[in-house]
This record gives sequence, structure tokens and C-alpha cells, in this order.
Amino acid sequence: MTLKQTPSQTVGPYFAYGLTPEQYGYDFKDLASGDLSTAASQGQSIRIEGCVYDGEGNKVPDAMIEIWQADGQGRFAHPADGRGSNTDFKGFGRFGTGTDGHNRFIFDTIKPGAIDQQQAPHISVIVTMRGLLTHTFTRIYFSDEGAANETDPVLSSVDEDRRPTLIAQKQGSTYRFDIHMQGENETVFFDV
Amino acid sequence: MNDRPFNRRDWASHPPFIDPAYKSTPLRGQTKPLMPIIPGLSELTGPVYGAEAVGPLDSDLTKNGVKDGEPQGERIIVAGRVLDEDGKPQPNTLLEIWQANAAGRYVHHSDQHDAPLDPNFLGAGRCVADENGFYRFTTIKPGAYPWPNHKNAWRPNHIHFSLFGPAFATRLITQMYFPGDPLLELDPIYKSSPEGARERMVAEFSLDVTQELFALGYRFDIVLRGRQATPMET
Ligand SMILES: [Fe+2]
Repeated sequence: MTLKQTPSQTVGPYFAYGLTPEQYGYDFKDLASGDLSTAASQGQSIRIEGCVYDGEGNKVPDAMIEIWQADGQGRFAHPADGRGSNTDFKGFGRFGTGTDGHNRFIFDTIKPGAIDQQQAPHISVIVTMRGLLTHTFTRIYFSDEGAANETDPVLSSVDEDRRPTLIAQKQGSTYRFDIHMQGENETVFFDV
Repeated sequence: MNDRPFNRRDWASHPPFIDPAYKSTPLRGQTKPLMPIIPGLSELTGPVYGAEAVGPLDSDLTKNGVKDGEPQGERIIVAGRVLDEDGKPQPNTLLEIWQANAAGRYVHHSDQHDAPLDPNFLGAGRCVADENGFYRFTTIKPGAYPWPNHKNAWRPNHIHFSLFGPAFATRLITQMYFPGDPLLELDPIYKSSPEGARERMVAEFSLDVTQELFALGYRFDIVLRGRQATPMET
């Protein structure tokens, strides 16, 4: 290694018109939004919603959540996945918690397929906000994938009592996934 | 295809999750140790945005918010390269930026700083680095602005940067600062990154980037995580 990493800094309170402009009503095109589905995407349509809570249990109204996931067949729209995505599903979503009346993030997407025979279906998550100097990584697993979750190598590596923080709870076609930055139920964040 | 995992985040460069001098961190930073994870495809892949994703004026902030005239302030050019720790250019990487206007005011609804908005300046831009990792923005030099962190607190002039790099794992959100700014030594956000590392966020004045009779130029190279020497075990 000859160079050193550029340090991270907080996204600050004013990211909205740069990163999520249309969601917040600014006259600038969104590159990504909370709606990942496309006309041709194949798979089960789902909604994932939740809130980000600070150390006092208050909802964070200025967080930005990003998700990255495989398509319904478990393939990524990225050249490192040699199998090639066979749909037009891009797999990336971004949503700020400042526009929903309940400070939720809301993603309308396709339930990802399993990437391989070991891993349970999951979504990668980046959490960032004012007051967070370096973004954190977590994962969303699904409560109706009990058998696959049992044997998932990443989920199994997490203490059993903290595993529930990674599992979105199914309520109809919506999955609830809250993120706790601190406290008893602090979400598991990964050293990605 | 390159399947080597990325070097770890360099915690001698990045700020800690909680830094009491920056008063929003104690309740928002995570507190438990990060869980180790064996990187798989989920970490080695990431969103792909090519040149087709950005509009022709997206990288020129002096033009992309124009309503009926030129934005106020000092026109500047910010240019540089996106590299990894081995000095390898990171091609076709999306860069998104946002900033205050020349008066130190953000367009954002919640910015209540008593400084004028500029009807011809939005303050948001983006571009995709070329095949050699080069990028270039034309913009207005952002003003300093006060914030409520402590008594008489002012943020130094800065531009917010957001990058993906080749994978979800290489994501970086940072801020670019200007050389010689006396506010740097007083700013808890800048100083949250360790001494010896934070200086990498300060752009360099460059006569090469400067465009004669038009705008001063600043050079800002950005270094993302490199790849480990050995392939991923599968
Ligand atoms: Fe700022």
C-alpha cells in the first residue's frame, strides 16, 4: 500500500438536496429512491419500513439509509457477480427519514433470492446521519426465512440474543426493520 | 474478475463513532464492537452508475441551478483523481457533492442561518470519474457558516463528497476543505479524524487546475480502500 484512505466525515444535516433531492422536493433528479422495483423485475414485491432510534430512544429525523441487494433470483447487477443479473433490477435504494410523518424509511422492492446454498436471503444496509462520523453497515434478514436463517453463516456468527436486531418482522407484505444506534437492542453493525 | 476482498477500514484515518467534542455523536454513534464478517458477494458488489446516469450540467454547479442569471461568489474548479490504497485509479466511479452557497447558506429547508439564498445556485452536483479515475467540478467557493455545537462555532469552508467506488464496501462520505482556513483547527468535525490523517481532506491550490481568466483551481485526490493481496476463500 502506498496511499492512505481518505478519512470519513459525517453526511451532516443538509444532504437531502444532493443525495435524495426528489424525495425532499428539490428540483434535481434522484439517482436512487426508495422504490427499487421496475416494470420488468421478477420476484415477490415487498415493502421494508422502519425507524432509526438514537441512544435516548428518539426517532432520528435526518438519517439516510441505503440498501443493496440481489434480485429475485439471488443475482447482483454488478460485474463481480459472474452469473449476471437476468432482470433489469438495479438493487440499490436510498431514502431519508425526513419526509415521512413518522420519520420512517420506506423501501418498495423485490424480496432478494438466496445468493448461494449457504446464505439466507438478505439485504445490505448503510446507515448514515448527522452525528455519525463514519457510516455503519448492517444487514436485513427476513422473519419468514426461519430455516435458511438457522444456517446462514453470518447470522450464526452473531450472539443469539442479538440476532433479532437483524431480522425484519413480516406483517402482511410489509417487513418492519428498526435500527437502534445504541442501548439494550443496539443493532448489530458489521466490520465490512 | 477481481474477487479479492477489500482492506479493512483504516481506523487510524477515520473518526471514532463517538467524539464528545462533536455533540451530536454521543447519542447517535454506535457503541458495541463491530461484528467481524467474512466478505461475500454482498460486500464485493455494489451499485453501478455509468456516465449515462448523470446529466450534462450535473458537474457544473455554476450552471445547474441557474434561474435568471449567474450565481454570486467566487467561481472555482475542483478536480482530482479517485484512487485506491495501491494508487490504482478507480474508474467510472460516481461522485456526488453538495455545499453551501458563497454566503454560507444551504438550500435545505432546515438551514435557518440568516444569510441570503442565491436564486441561481442549488449547490448539488455529481459526475462519474473517467477511465483513469479523473473527475472535475466547476462550482462556487462555499462560505463558512455557524452551527450550534458550541459557543461561536463555525464550520470551515467545505464541500460534502459522496462516493461508491467499486463495491458497497468501499463507500465513502467525506468533506473537502480549503488550504489555509483558520477555522480548521477550531472545527470538531475536521478534528474528529486523527492528526496526520485529517490533512488528507484539505485540497491543494493548483495553478494547473486553475483556468486562466476564469476560475481558481483546487486539486483533491480521494483514496478508497484497496484490495487485499490474497483472493477470497470460498
Ligand atoms: Fe456542511
